[in-house]
This record gives sequence, C-alpha cells and structure tokens, in this order.
Amino acid sequence: MVDVTFSVNGKEHSLSVNDNALLSETLRESLNLTGTHIGCDTSQCGSCTVHLDGKAVKACTVLTAQAAGSEVTTIEGIGEPGSLHPMQEAFNEHHALQCGFCTPGMIMAAIGLVNESESLDGDGVRKGLDGNFCRCTGYHNIVKAVLSAQQNM
Amino acid sequence: MYSFRYHRAASIEEAKELHTTSDEGAYLAGGMTLIPTLKQRLADVDDVIDLGGIESLKGVMTSGTSMKVGGMAVHNEVAANATIDALRHLASGIGDPQVRNRGTIGGSIANNDPAADYPAAVLGLNATIHTNGRTIGADDFFTGMFDTALGDSEIVTAVEFPMPSRAAYIKFPNPASRYAVVGVMVSETNGNVRVAVTGAGTCVFRASAMEEALTNEFAAESISGISIDSSSFNSDIHASAEYRAHLVGVMAQRAVSQIS
Repeated sequence: MVDVTFSVNGKEHSLSVNDNALLSETLRESLNLTGTHIGCDTSQCGSCTVHLDGKAVKACTVLTAQAAGSEVTTIEGIGEPGSLHPMQEAFNEHHALQCGFCTPGMIMAAIGLVNESESLDGDGVRKGLDGNFCRCTGYHNIVKAVLSAQQNM
Repeated sequence: MYSFRYHRAASIEEAKELHTTSDEGAYLAGGMTLIPTLKQRLADVDDVIDLGGIESLKGVMTSGTSMKVGGMAVHNEVAANATIDALRHLASGIGDPQVRNRGTIGGSIANNDPAADYPAAVLGLNATIHTNGRTIGADDFFTGMFDTALGDSEIVTAVEFPMPSRAAYIKFPNPASRYAVVGVMVSETNGNVRVAVTGAGTCVFRASAMEEALTNEFAAESISGISIDSSSFNSDIHASAEYRAHLVGVMAQRAVSQIS
C-alpha cells in the first residue's frame, strides 16, 4: 500500500491505496466520484478524462500514487445543478449528448482544450477531441457545443 | 495488473539506486506505454520507479545552435515550446491531447516502439541523447525493435537537437491510434542531409539512397524513382510491407517538397 495525499475538486484527501491502483478506480471506488466513467480502460476512449494539475489526462492510465501532491478535478468539481459550468450549459443547449456515457470525459477534455486554445474553429475542436469517442456518434452537436462554450469561458 | 511496489524518486541518483537494487525494476516516465502494458499483464515487475518528481528532467531549453529537451518533457510542452518547427509539428501529432499531456520524449525513445514518432526525430535530426552517465549519438542509440543502447539502469536525462537549416516530418498516421504507419523526417544541417523512417521497419532507420540523392539535389524529384526494399518491413492488417515501402517514398517526397 502507498499513502497518497491529493486534492480532489478542491478538497484534500489522504488515502492508503494499492501501489497499482489507477486514478480512475480510486476516484470511483474510494471517493465515490462515479462521474468519471470507465469505457475502454485501455486509454483510448477518453471517458475517464479528468484534469490533473489543470491538464486533461486519462485517469485509467495514471496511477493514483502518481497524483500525490496534485490537484485533480473531475466532472463533479466543475459545476452543480443551478450553476453549471459554461461547457455543461452548452452541451445541454446544443443536445451534445445522446446516451451520455462519454459526456463527462468529453466535457473535461473540451474544457482543457478551450483553456489551452486562443480561439477554436470546428476543425480545431475535432482535432482537440481526438482522444474522446462518442459511440452514439453525436459529434456534430458536441462540436457546436464546444464552439459555443468558448464564447462564455 | 500484477502487484508491484511503487516508488517516487526525488533525484536521478535515488532512481538509479532503486532500480539497481530491484530484481525487476521499471522506470515510469509518462506511463503512456508502461501502464497499458502492465494492465494487460504483458509485463510483470517488482518495482515501478516514478521519475515524475525529478525536476531536473523537465523543460525545453534553446541555446544558439541547439535545443535541449528534458527527458521528462511531455509532448505538449515540446509541441508548444520547441524552436524547431518540424519537431513541434511531430510532437503535436503524437497520440491524442490527453496522451500528449503525459507522454514524454525520454519514455518514447527508451521504449523505441517501431511505430513511434520521436525515434524519427532523434535519428532524422541527428540528436544527442544525454543519460545519467554518458552521451549517445542518435546513430548508435536505436539498436532494434523495442531495443536501445541504454544500459539496465540508465536514464535518458535529455535529448539535444542541433538546429537544422531545414527539416520536415510527414507521417501517414494509423487513423485509430495516430501511431505512424510510416513517418519520415527529412533534414539538412550544415549541408548534411538525413532521412529517417519510422513505422515501416522493425526499428527506425536512415534511407541512405535518399540521403545521397538529396545531397546531390534537394528536390522531391531526386528521390521519386528510388525503390525501397520492403523485405524486412512490417506487415499487418493496417498495411502490407509493399504498401509501407510505397508510403516511405510518398512521405519522403512530401517532406522534401515542404522545405525545398
């Protein structure tokens, strides 16, 4: 076991986890933050995207121990009912989800993308969301939502 | 995953000590290959030694004649800060954004995946690999599939690229993984032309016939007739060896066209 202290959504946690625990597992199973989804578990689909020190990463491919001392932000940490994050508002407005499974990862990746880009066009959004799959294939509305959200972030 | 002991090294010396004393140790850089490999139980190690806490391995620095990339510099850092355009372009095309936020140059070249992009940059730009103990020239570094000149506990501390007078990297990416089906780096530095090919063979290699032709005349037409021997090339569901050989010519010509 390894002792890990890190901040998740602004709150400090000290946990003892298995040396080989994945960040995605710890978030879901130890902290009950089940908004971080595990789709492929092979670092391809992007459903488990969270922010690690402000950068979008796939939580299924980060050891929890690697996150010691870091700030983790999950979908639960960016807004709440009644005061959604602009990206969540835009996904709602533009019907950018169908089954919703990929949505937490899409939103976290999209926020990371907008934060690191000066201005994005449709191609830039598509390229920037390269690491996230929507198996409902609802990409058009996702792109529209991200283009819209960047005006309000 | 099989179980292992996790260690976060505070210094290069500590990392080496941990690795040397482990029966089966593995350095963890960005983890974009090692962690999936462990998850699939393709590797079984006793100790994972995380290099993520070693500050001296990070950063991208440019001096007048060369650019030095820390072994733990992530792809997005190189994509943002490299002063060699071709290297910036290459780094921005590795994997996807989340992978580029974690994956490192040191991890990539130490792993030497036959379809990785960075080996083409290191060999094609004639970089020097700095380790905790020595420097290794690019021509001596990549020794075979997933194999390098690195010793057992040796760590890539930095990769130093001489500034080329011109360079371009073009790849034909696998549409799912973005690994190179074939990728070609063409460069000219102080009159020396290099053409490095990744993805096609079992290990990155230099296309010497193309280098000679381009030294005589730096134009896409100079290499359009050069046939590539595909007998040792990779062949899989994505591309046959013959197709990869064809792509080497096409990617090389596109790279040359971009800078001539």
